[in-house]
Order: sequence, then C-alpha cells, then structure tokens
Amino acid sequence: MDFQKLAQYVIEGDASSAEEWTRKALDSGVDPLEIMNRGLIPGMEVVGQKFSDGEYYLPEMLIAARAMKRCLKDLKPLIAGRKEVSRGRVVIGTVKGDVHDIGKNIVAMMLEGAGFEVYDLGLDVPPEKFVEAVERHQAHILGLSALITTSMPTMKTVIEALQAAGIRERVKVMVGGAPVTEEYAHQIRADGYAPDAGAATEKAKELLGLQTLATVPLA
Amino acid sequence: MSLSRAEVKDPSINGNPVKGRSPFQSLAYASPDGVIFGLAPRPVSCGLGLRIGAGEVLPEVDFTLTPMSITPQTWSEVQKQYQQMVKGVLARALHLKCGALGLEIEHLYELTMEPRWGAELTKQAKAIMEGAYQKHGLRTALRVTVADVRQEERPPKMRTGKGLQKMMEALQLCAASGADIFSVESTGGKELFDQAIVEGDVLAMVYSLGVLGCRDVRFLWRHITEIATRFGVLPGGDSACAFANTAMQLAQQKYIPKVLAALIRALSAVRTLCAFEEGALGPGKDCAYENPIIKIITGMPVAMEGKSAACAHSSPLGNISAAVCDLWANESVQNLRLLGGDAPEVCAEMLIYDCRLMNTSHHLGQSQLLRNLFVSSDRYQDPQALFLDPEVCFSLAQTIVAEADDYLRTLKVASYACQVIQQAVGSGRLHLSTGEVRWLGRIEEAVASLPDSPDGLWERLEQRWGHLVLPTEYGLG
Repeated sequence: MDFQKLAQYVIEGDASSAEEWTRKALDSGVDPLEIMNRGLIPGMEVVGQKFSDGEYYLPEMLIAARAMKRCLKDLKPLIAGRKEVSRGRVVIGTVKGDVHDIGKNIVAMMLEGAGFEVYDLGLDVPPEKFVEAVERHQAHILGLSALITTSMPTMKTVIEALQAAGIRERVKVMVGGAPVTEEYAHQIRADGYAPDAGAATEKAKELLGLQTLATVPLA
Repeated sequence: MSLSRAEVKDPSINGNPVKGRSPFQSLAYASPDGVIFGLAPRPVSCGLGLRIGAGEVLPEVDFTLTPMSITPQTWSEVQKQYQQMVKGVLARALHLKCGALGLEIEHLYELTMEPRWGAELTKQAKAIMEGAYQKHGLRTALRVTVADVRQEERPPKMRTGKGLQKMMEALQLCAASGADIFSVESTGGKELFDQAIVEGDVLAMVYSLGVLGCRDVRFLWRHITEIATRFGVLPGGDSACAFANTAMQLAQQKYIPKVLAALIRALSAVRTLCAFEEGALGPGKDCAYENPIIKIITGMPVAMEGKSAACAHSSPLGNISAAVCDLWANESVQNLRLLGGDAPEVCAEMLIYDCRLMNTSHHLGQSQLLRNLFVSSDRYQDPQALFLDPEVCFSLAQTIVAEADDYLRTLKVASYACQVIQQAVGSGRLHLSTGEVRWLGRIEEAVASLPDSPDGLWERLEQRWGHLVLPTEYGLG
C-alpha cells in the first residue's frame, strides 16, 4: 500500500479520502500500527513543518488534524490492548478566575494534532476539578493557562492541590499564558513552561521523553 | 470639585452636548488630509480641566498590578499599589512640565465582580488627582474601563446573566466615586469568533462581528450612556480588542494570516461605531485601532496606542497609530521596578515626550509632515497597517455611512477591504507571502458568497455553530 498517499490526504486535510484509504488498507490486512506510523504521523509531521515554515496556518493544521482523527477512530479499537494510541494523555484548562481561552484552545488543538489525547476542561476551572480530571483520565500532563496576572497565583494552588491529593508525582505540570514566565514556572514548581502553542507541543514531548514517533506504552 | 458625584439633571455631560441615539450618515471631514493628531471636530471636556481633541495631544497612562490575586487579604496591598502608581505618574508628569494628561484604570476581573473595590480605587485615584490639580494646576481625567464579565459561562448570557448586573453596578459606583470617562472592551459575539478564527471560517467571523457584536454593543451602550448621563460621566467608547487585537496577536505569532487579521480590523469599525450611535461621545478607547475610521465618521476624539503599547504587546502598527490620535496611550503596564523607575512612570515619560513632539509639530506648522511620516513608515509593512492609513480609513468610512444597517455595512466593508489589499499588492507596494496570497483569495471567495441578510447567513452557520450562541441573548428569535 502507498502510505505516502495517506500522508498526502492528511496534509491536504482530505478526511474522506484518508478514511477511505485507511479502511481499504485494514480490509487488505495492513497492520493498523503501520498505517498510523507510516501514513498518519508522517503526514502530520509535514503539516507541522509547513506550519513552522509559514506556509500553513492554524486552520490548515486543524483540518489536517481532523483528517487524522477520523482515521484514528477506525484504528484505535484494533490497537487498544496492544499499545496506547496516543503520545500521552493531557488535561488542559484555563485556571479559576480567568475567562480567556483562545490560547489554551490553540495549545489543545496542536497537542491533538501531534498525537496527544487531550481533555479540555474549558475556562475558569477550579483546582479540584483539575485534580479530579487528572485522576480520572490518568493524565500524563496537566496544562494550566492564565492570561491575566491576577489568576496566575491559582496555578500554584492547583499544584498544591495535586500534592494534597497525593498525585503530584504522577503528572507533569506545564504552564503558559501571556503574563507567565519560565521564572514563575520554576517558582511554583511546575515541570515546564512554554511561551506559545508550538513550544508547548515540543515541551510536552520533552517532558514525556518522546524523542521519536513512538507512542507512550500502556502502563 | 466634589469627589462624591450625585446624579445631575443637566442634559449635557460636563458641557458636552449629548448626542443621543442616531445613525451617522455622513462624515465629519471633507477629506482625509484634515484628519490629524490632536484635533477633532467635536472635542470634549472632562475631569479636572481636561480638553481632548482641542489642539494638543495628551498622554493617557494605563497601569495594572504586578502578578497577584485580588482578595480581601491582599486588598490593602492592591490599594497601595494603585495609589503608588497614580502618584508616581503624576509626579513624573509634573517633573517633565506636562500640564495635562489622562489616566486609566482598566478593571481586572475582580474589580468589576466586586464593584465596591473598583469604586474605592476610583475614589482614591481621584483624590490624588484632585490634590495635584489644586496644588499644581495639573489637569487630569480618569477613564474607568469595566471588565466585560459576561462570558464566564458558555454559551454566555449577555443580557440576562449576573455579569451584566455587575458591570452596571460597577459603572454606577465608579461614577459616584469620581470617574470622568467610561469605556469597556465588550465581547458580544466572542463565543463564536474564537472558534471561527481558529478554523478560518470567514462567514462565521462576519456574523460574530457584524450581527452579534453590533447588536451587543448597541444594547450595552444604551445602558452605559444612560448611567453616564445621569452622573455627568463621559461615555467614551468601546473597542474590538477581544476580536481584532486577538487576531493581530495570532497573526504576529503566525497562527493566522495577516490578511485575515486586516479584514477583521476593518470589520471591527462597524461594530465599534455602534457605541457612538448609541450615545458614546469619545474619547474612544486606546486599544481600538479601528478608531481612525471612527474619528472620520463621528468627529469625536480618540485615544490610540502603538509602539507605546509594546509594554503590553507587539504590533505592526507602532507609528501609524499615532497619526490621528488625540490621546496617546500605552495600553497597560505592570507595576514593576525598572532602572528608570517604576514602569508606569517610565511609560508616562515616553508618552509625554511623544506628545511633546506631536504638539511641537503643530506649533511649528509641521504636523502634516509628521503625520505623513507616521503613516508612511508603517503603511505597507503589513496589511493591517493599510486600515490605519487616513486615506484608506476615509474611503472605508464613506462605505460605512452609505448604509444604515449594521449587517450591510459589514458586507460592504468586507468587500472593500479585500479590494484595498489587492490594490496594494497589485501596485507592488505591499508584499505578501504565497500563503497570504492564497488566503486572500480564499477570503475574497468567502466574502463574495455572503448572503444579503443576517438570517440567510445564520441559516448557513447554525448547524455547525448554533451550539455556541444563545440567540435570545442578542435579542434574536
């Protein structure tokens, strides 16, 4: 099977053609992991490169990510039990007292496009809700967003809540937002900081030790 | 002047004739050449002897807290910081022999949700300003910008939620505590816009700005103007910050094409104008980069920010935004210690020097030259800057006032904005990347497909986006 064709469908955001190719491949007995690793992920890697080069913008990335997601729907049931079909599970939200979410939405979208499973809690999220979501989804990463200075201290409160719940060591905490700095991230003992959505995706991979296209193995 | 302001019965506001609700169907200027910084056909008076748009550009300094929560436990520190910032800015102004300036307190979320907090800061600031006026003759006015807290839940309850009540209460208490000018960066339509911009859905953006945004601004400003008139506060103006400036920042980070951000800027003028058609009198809010179009239509003075706002965000409009300003502002600066002093004072100094330059150019008969230099230095660096060029703004303004309906205005502006960019590209003066050119074509196709009625547009959008919006919260069926 011509995996480059599948990759091209993803690059062009042609979800219907990508899904049809995937189904034909599965019917022909192609390994679903091979479809993912040789067709879908390389396609998204090209999309990511085009975005970095300024040729693609967010809308094109989103369309490509959707094409990939449609194929993954067919692949996941066949891979579950063998291997985790994602690079990791991420819970993300804007902290309590802050109603800005467009930056957080972009981060969530780019993480999904990069193969992470994302659970977006929305905006104005209280600490206990973050803790509950991290536990429920067995999240590898918790992403906290704040766009105003007065909501930044809530990030520390969330980290303390994770500590109090006894799950701080199980999750990597990443923080971001216009007023947030690397220094502030260190101060509140977050595990990572990213100045923008692209950097957030790379930081997420780094935090989970994802050097290659490998997915996170089942615990 | 009493700092505890009671309701007034005079139908004017501090001597500024109240305009009331009526559409603009002509321009305040005969040609774009007449549009310049420091001069507005309809200047306003406010505060402690301040006159805006009457022949000089004045600084407007906006400041905010260092990163901290606002709680009952931190309240004394919050007050201390604001008082320190006001005193520092006024002291720097006196030191630099600046005779008049505006100050702005832009509410953080908590200051509007706890209206008495916002009011207390207003009262304290005005007391300090009053002291400087009595002792040194320093003319000042305080703009209070309440936070739009209605988007806390999604879909938001723009008219029936608790948020609107809090905003109106905050305005009333701040008015009674001495506020001189009211503003807001309203967010009606943002729940649709934020999704639309990430997806590149031009039709949804047009609906969010041209229908939802316009309806919400009109609704909100009827309320704001009523309170303002009662207390003798100037209803200053609104800003499409949550839309066009969000787009500007996304374009700066290369998440969306600049041509899309430029289109959104042009569309924003229709929406921001609605405040002035519901009684706003200026000075327009600083972060409304669409203000040059507003000034050309209304003749009312406007605040602008540009390179002076680099303390808050980058922009491609650093010089050109000064071309027609009446207040020159800094968006917002945190209360941090710099080598030159506290950041608010440092920003005040930079604004004061900029204003001195512009005012000197007036005195020496060189203001047109300086204005043109501001414009030429940025005009073709970015498509967004095109829509701050007074010549382009003049044509856009003509397009707007030719229609009386907000949606039709939006359609016409969308179409004209695409032509402006194409002409600039075709002339070789504006250079776009391949991706940007591709997107310009895509935008033109989308704009050409817009139906003639807002209902027709919503029919096309509802299935995909209907879950985001509560139509009744915009007075729609």
